[in-house]
Amino acid sequence: MADWVEACGVDDVEEEDVIRFDHGGRTFAIYRSPDDGYFATDGYCTHEKAHLAEGLVMDDIIECPKHNGRFNYKTGVARGAPVCVNLATYPVKVEAGKVMIQIG
Amino acid sequence: MEKKRDYSLVGESTRIAIETGLASAEWYHTDVPRKAMKELMQRSDGPAIRDTIIWISAILGSAAGIIWFWGTWWVVPFLLVYGVLYGSSSDSRWHECGHGTAFRTRWMNDAVYQIASFMLMRNPVTWRWSHARHHTDTIIVGRDAEIAVMRPPDLLRAALAFTGILDFRYSLPTLVRNAFGSISPDEKSFVPEMELHKVVTAARWHVAIYVATIVLALYLRSFLPLVLIGLPRLYGSWHMVLTGLLQHIGLADNVTDHRLNTRTVYMNPISRFIYWNMNYHVEHHMFPMVPYHALPRLHELIKHDLPEPNPSMWHAYREVWPVLLKQLQYEDYFLKRELPPTARPYRDEFHALTVPAAAE
Repeated sequence: MADWVEACGVDDVEEEDVIRFDHGGRTFAIYRSPDDGYFATDGYCTHEKAHLAEGLVMDDIIECPKHNGRFNYKTGVARGAPVCVNLATYPVKVEAGKVMIQIG
Repeated sequence: MEKKRDYSLVGESTRIAIETGLASAEWYHTDVPRKAMKELMQRSDGPAIRDTIIWISAILGSAAGIIWFWGTWWVVPFLLVYGVLYGSSSDSRWHECGHGTAFRTRWMNDAVYQIASFMLMRNPVTWRWSHARHHTDTIIVGRDAEIAVMRPPDLLRAALAFTGILDFRYSLPTLVRNAFGSISPDEKSFVPEMELHKVVTAARWHVAIYVATIVLALYLRSFLPLVLIGLPRLYGSWHMVLTGLLQHIGLADNVTDHRLNTRTVYMNPISRFIYWNMNYHVEHHMFPMVPYHALPRLHELIKHDLPEPNPSMWHAYREVWPVLLKQLQYEDYFLKRELPPTARPYRDEFHALTVPAAAE
């Protein structure tokens, strides 16, 4: 059974931005979209080991800081070279001002 | 006995780089507050659209001059301008649009990237991946596919690079080889298997355009089509080499701190337009997400942590020349530039291999 884990407060992430969240030896990226939705993906780019939380959020795209590989952070879909492998995404809910993610 | 570097991407140096952790390593970064970095990374179409309109207008204008004055000496200044725009400024457009940072709109980056790749005789697929590797493993021997001057330096080769002949001799046969479906082991080492078919398709398009140009030249019984398409890669690439060689030449290899292996040089406004601000090269390598038009601002923000930039290209070449001469005798020699007192010091423990004798 997957657990819901508190990742951060709703205001810890700025609009159209991302922060890093480490849990259980793993790294995740928590996003806040321009329309105030929250999303979560694996924290590392699937191309090479780079923290996506240091990248740039543009609309529904996260761009990796190392090689500018792009993913749709809502679906995890890779959007072209140099990323070819999709990003794992995780369910997110907001409860009492906290962003919770479900980690499998 | 001193061991020679093996620059193949599938050889002994590759094995050592992977075993020692130099490959895909964590690199030094100057601390920049997230808010400031986010602002610097912001994309915008405006500056690149403006620069691209100027660029294309200048290309078309000088091409018109070549056609108009063809057969007279008046053609020479137009050839000079057209050659540099075609054979040199295309490199910076290729570079920035390959990173996807020049424009905010993706298709604009892709369109200029494809055009610039063609002008440079570069396979757009192969080179996208080789440049990704260059950023992962900058000047790591056996890993970086884009080391311009290897050690010991071949000075004749470096000088010939200004004529474009060497690049031409490499690029055209590579495109033809790719067009026939042949991918080298080095290319396979950095292009993922699922992308290999795109290498062949892109090469076929490029070769088809060159064949059409040759046919047109034969039909017209004139060199003019070739002077406009293809040959500028020879007579116009000198500025690309002049600026590009300075990026890493004479500095350290096999280190994981861009302050040690990359150079920032102040340049005149014309060269900066042609080069799209890539003279701020340490800044670009540390933070490749920052678009070319924001690099001067990034430079101001982090220069306290970087070696003093060379004040001019002339100064940089004068600085590097004795280093190259010394490397002919002792290839481990390199230039280690002093950091200002405000900088965080170089960390030897940051580098898997200890770097031998350095000039300060």
